[in-house]
Parts: sequence; C-alpha cells; structure tokens
Amino acid sequence: MATRTLALIRNEFIHIVRDPYMLMLALIAPVIDLVLFGYAINTTVEHLPTVVMDQADDRLSREFVAGLVNSSIFDVRHRAASASDVRDEIDRGAAKIGIIIAPDFARQLAAGQTASVQVLVDGSDPATAQAALYAIVALGESQSARALSERLARLGLGSTSGGVEVQPRLLYNPSMSGLNFMIPGLLGLGIQLQTIVFTAFSIVGEREQGTLEQLLVSPVRPIELMLGKMVPYVALAFADVIISVAVVVLWFHVVFAGSLLLLVGLSMVFLFAALGLGLFVSTVSQTLGQATQLAFLLQIPSMLLTGFIFPLETMPRPLQDLSQLIPLTYYLRVLRGIMLKGVGADVLWGDIWPMAVLGIAVFALSVSRFRKRM
Amino acid sequence: MNHSAAPAVIVTRDLERRFGKIAAVAGVSFSVRRGEVFALLGPNGSGKTTLIRMLCGVVVPSGGEARVLDYDVATESDAIKARVGYMSQRFGLYNKLTVAENLRFYAAIYGVPRHERDDRVDEILEQLGLQDRERQRTGTLSGGWKQRLALACSIVHSPAVLFLDEPTAGVDPFSRRRFWSMIHRLSKEGITVFLTTHYLDEAESADRVALMYDGRLAALDTAANLISAGLRGRIVEIRAPQPLAALNALQSLPGVRDMVSVRSRVRALLNDGLTPNQVQAALDERGVVVDEVRQVAPTLEDVFISLLEGSEEGDRSSFV
Repeated sequence: MATRTLALIRNEFIHIVRDPYMLMLALIAPVIDLVLFGYAINTTVEHLPTVVMDQADDRLSREFVAGLVNSSIFDVRHRAASASDVRDEIDRGAAKIGIIIAPDFARQLAAGQTASVQVLVDGSDPATAQAALYAIVALGESQSARALSERLARLGLGSTSGGVEVQPRLLYNPSMSGLNFMIPGLLGLGIQLQTIVFTAFSIVGEREQGTLEQLLVSPVRPIELMLGKMVPYVALAFADVIISVAVVVLWFHVVFAGSLLLLVGLSMVFLFAALGLGLFVSTVSQTLGQATQLAFLLQIPSMLLTGFIFPLETMPRPLQDLSQLIPLTYYLRVLRGIMLKGVGADVLWGDIWPMAVLGIAVFALSVSRFRKRM
Repeated sequence: MNHSAAPAVIVTRDLERRFGKIAAVAGVSFSVRRGEVFALLGPNGSGKTTLIRMLCGVVVPSGGEARVLDYDVATESDAIKARVGYMSQRFGLYNKLTVAENLRFYAAIYGVPRHERDDRVDEILEQLGLQDRERQRTGTLSGGWKQRLALACSIVHSPAVLFLDEPTAGVDPFSRRRFWSMIHRLSKEGITVFLTTHYLDEAESADRVALMYDGRLAALDTAANLISAGLRGRIVEIRAPQPLAALNALQSLPGVRDMVSVRSRVRALLNDGLTPNQVQAALDERGVVVDEVRQVAPTLEDVFISLLEGSEEGDRSSFV
C-alpha cells in the first residue's frame, strides 16, 4: 500500500516539475496576484484633482483653500474664472471636485452670517465622492468653529472651552489601509482556487490521457489514488501560504500579528474543503475545459459571499445564510484574525469548528462520489 | 496449437451485465485455457469492452459467474488485478514520463519488489527492443512505439493473463505485425492472452475466436473451424463489367441473403438451395452482362456476416 501511494506521489511531483508552466502558476502566480492587487486596491482616497473658483480671493477664503490642500485629500489643479468653467472641468474629467467660493465670503463671516461654499462632486465613483464629501464638510465645520471662536474672542467672551471632542482610535488596522484588509482575503481565495484547479486538473488530465483507466485495472485503491493526488497539492498549498505571507510581510510591510504556526495549521483544515471541491470538480468534468469553467464558477460565490470584498453584515438575510455554508467565509475570518488582530485559536474557535465541519463534509461527500465514479 | 490439456484460467458461466434496462453482456459462457490466445471479435457496442472489464474485476457482473485464475471476479477482484495485465487502445501511458519511468511506475504499482525493479525493467526494455529509447519522453514516441511500451508496462509484473482491449486500433500494419509476433511469443511462455478486436484478419491469428454480437456469443471455435463449418450457405463471386447493375438485379432474387460490391466484383451470400448457375441464369434473364459466376472459399468475415444476418442489421461498417 505504501509502495503504491509513494509511487503515485512521486509520479505527481515529476509531473509538476516537468510542467514549468504549472510550476510557475503554482509558485509565482500567487505572488504576482498579491503584488498587483496590493497596488491596485488602494481604497485610501487621496489627491483628488480639484478645481477652485475663488471669487472672494481674500485672507479667509485663501485660508479655506489652503486647508483643503493641506488635508492632502484635494489637489488644487486649476483655478476657474466662472461657474461654467468649473462644471466644464468636471465634465471633462480633469477634476473630480469643484469648489466655488462666493465673493462676499469674508464679509459674511465677519458679519456673523453663514458664509456658504458651493461644492460640486463627481459622484460616478461613490466611494471617492463620499470620502471627499466627509472631508470637505469636516473642514467647513472646523473653519466655522474657528471663525466663531475668533468672533467670541473679539467680543471679549473668552476662549472656547467645553464642547465635545471625539477621540477615535482604530484598532487592528490603524492606517485604515484597504491593503491590510484585502491581503488575507487574497491569500485565502488564491489558495482555494489553486488547490481546486490543480487537484481537478490532475485527475481529469489522467482521464483524458487514458491513464486513469489503466490505474483502475491495477491494484491501486481509490484511497491510494486520492492520497497520491492530494499530498503533492497540499505541499504546494503550504509553500504558497509561506511565500505569500513572506511577500505580505517583507514587501508590503503588513504587520503579521499572530502565530504563523496557527495559520499554517488552520490552513490545513481549510485545505480539506478545497481538496474536496477539487475532487468534486474532477468527478463531474470529462475534459480540462469543463474543469476550468467549473472551478471559476465556484470562485464567484467565493468572492462575493464570503466577505472577501463586501461585508456580509449588509447583505440580505438569505445571502448571509448562504455565506455560512461556504468554508472560505470562515477561513477568511481566521486569516484576518491571525494576521491583523493576532488572536489565537480560543478567540477564533467560533470560526474554526464550522470550517472544520464544512471542510470534512465537503471532503467526505466528494470522496464517496469519487469512489463511485471510479 | 493444442491447449486442450492445459488448465482453464478464465471460466464464465451465464455472465451478464446490465446497465439499466440494457444488457451489455447478456449471458455468456466460455472458458480459456492457459497459454491460449483468445480473440473476442465483434462490432462496436457488441459488449466486448464490458466483458473484458468484468474479467479484469473493474465492472461487477449483474448475473452469472466468472472466475479468472480461480478467483471470483465479483468478490476477489484485488487478487485478480494483481495477477493480470491490461492494455487498452488508449495505452494508458504518462506522456511526461520517460519510457523507463513509465515502466518503473507500473512496476511499483504492481508490487514488483524494489530490489528486483531495475533488473525487471531492463529485461523488459530489452525484450521489447525499447532499450535505445529508455530516456525518451513517452509523449514524443510514435504510435507503434507507444503500443510497444504499453505492452511492456502491462507485462512488467509478469502477469499470468494478459487482457488486451483493441490493442492495435490506430496502429500502422507493420507495427501490428510486430505486435502479433510479440503476442505469440508471450503465449509460448505460458501467458494467456485474451483480446478484443474488430479486425477480422487479427482474429484469425488467435488460437480461438469468439464472435460476439449484441451481448451474446454467436460462435466460438478456431478460425479454421469457423470458416469450414460456421457458414450456413455459400459464397459466390460475380465478375461483371457493371457490378452495381448485377447487384441491383440480384436484390430481389429469393435466396440471396447479403451482397457486397468490391471493385469489379460482387460477393454474395446465398442460401444452400441457390446455385451459381441459377444466379447466372437470373442475371441473364434480367439482361445483365456477366463475365463469371463462381463459388469461392468463405472468409471469417463471410462467416460472421452469415451468423449475424438474420439478427437484424449488424454494424458491418466497422469491419475492415
């Protein structure tokens, strides 16, 4: 039994090594993915091109504009002479934000009236628009608070004491970097896709080549064949976890807060599910083309319904329930928990056991299906 | 070759396999003796592959019984799998492995002990004339060489029985001939060879031929006996300047059971009651010019067609 299993494993490794394309896909693709995504997914809103029409052009209005620039959210690229110029710049896409300051800005402030500033925001990208709006409203409020305190001081009514100061403190991801959030997700999704595709391809490839038929008439047992297919790809998946974590920590300087050992151990639990899905794909696909299509089809719910990008909390109830049936949902929480929060198995237990139960269920179902189809 | 004294290594009795309502193998009984080359001849879809897969222990029979090397195919398939070799037209070779690696892989899979493996692989490489290609990647071999390697892999563990499922499909005639000389050599060494084919000339090289049609054995004997005794009726050959006209003219003649036109000739299977002279007369009567009508010796193909004819239309197109 051991001889046969070892021969199968050895054979699989020879195939992996003899296929440079596959080896590259296995070891380099996850890194390329991480790096590309890492740079492309930058959810921090900064340096928005801004056009300003400052009709007042006095000390107070210039201070207001300087405040915008200093926030580093806005880059004042152009000065416009008319409201239609402002509109035109935004239409052309040269600016995303337009700010129009009325000629009597200073006078109104001085007179104790509310000075209004008109802000035009390109709303076609809602995330950016929202961030810009928050920033500009906050800036306006701080300016009016200062103006108020100046007026009070001038009237001899003392300093601005009292009031509420909010002191926010962000936990786990202090820079609020989207990258930190995305990277554990990318890691999980990448490992799942790769394990499914490679396991399925390896089996379907043998079916296409006619060697599966040959193995079936040999003394090889289904369990030996499965071990022979899985051990190499589990090894590859571990190599990928290590490489990916190294890239994340050394290249992107994401702080790895938790235990690497725990991460590797729980990845093993998750791999049961991924291997099971790979086996499943192999039992329903006659050709490599079908296997590819099916593997990518499985990837869609994995991206949308696991909290990979969109938070689960805001989804309709049925979709939330569905997400609870996807092993990746738990694995992503485990990954983020370990990498960003540095928590241990005790805290993650609520995610670990459903992941294990689902993983083993998927695996067992696929194994029995695989045995029947052999 | 006379194998009647040798012990039977394959015995089936009313062997049956159904897939849903369809009986792929519908009650087959025969036995094969040690060292025999046994050919199972039949058109595509006649049940040959299902039968061979049952004997290999891969498909479980739904009725009847089969024993290979005295092991029951239904309950002792592990014992059978370890002692038989199998080769199919798809060859079952790993294209990315070298010739020697394929052999070593199958040697390990079939439990050839580690310390004997290298010697055994070298021996087989030499025996099948593969030693010069030992390091070549299998994917770069031509069809004939792949076939030879597939045969090598199927005998690397010195099996007692060798099952070959259409082993020469898609291989050039020269390679086929070499392949057959290797098969006969193996049989001389005492290996029993059970093969399926739809090449009639190939079946004639076997010690015995079983004609399979529609899940049943239509006949089983040596090719020579089948040809001399199996034919019900006679074969006549008609030479005519316009063979198609002759063929059309004979279509309605009672007693003509089957006709095929080959170049300037028509080959016809007649009932025993119909003589060549009567055919000649019928053609004259219908105004068809004929050079010659004569009775000829039947071939295995004629026998097979005479046996199938009557059991609806056989898939004759698959016979070369």
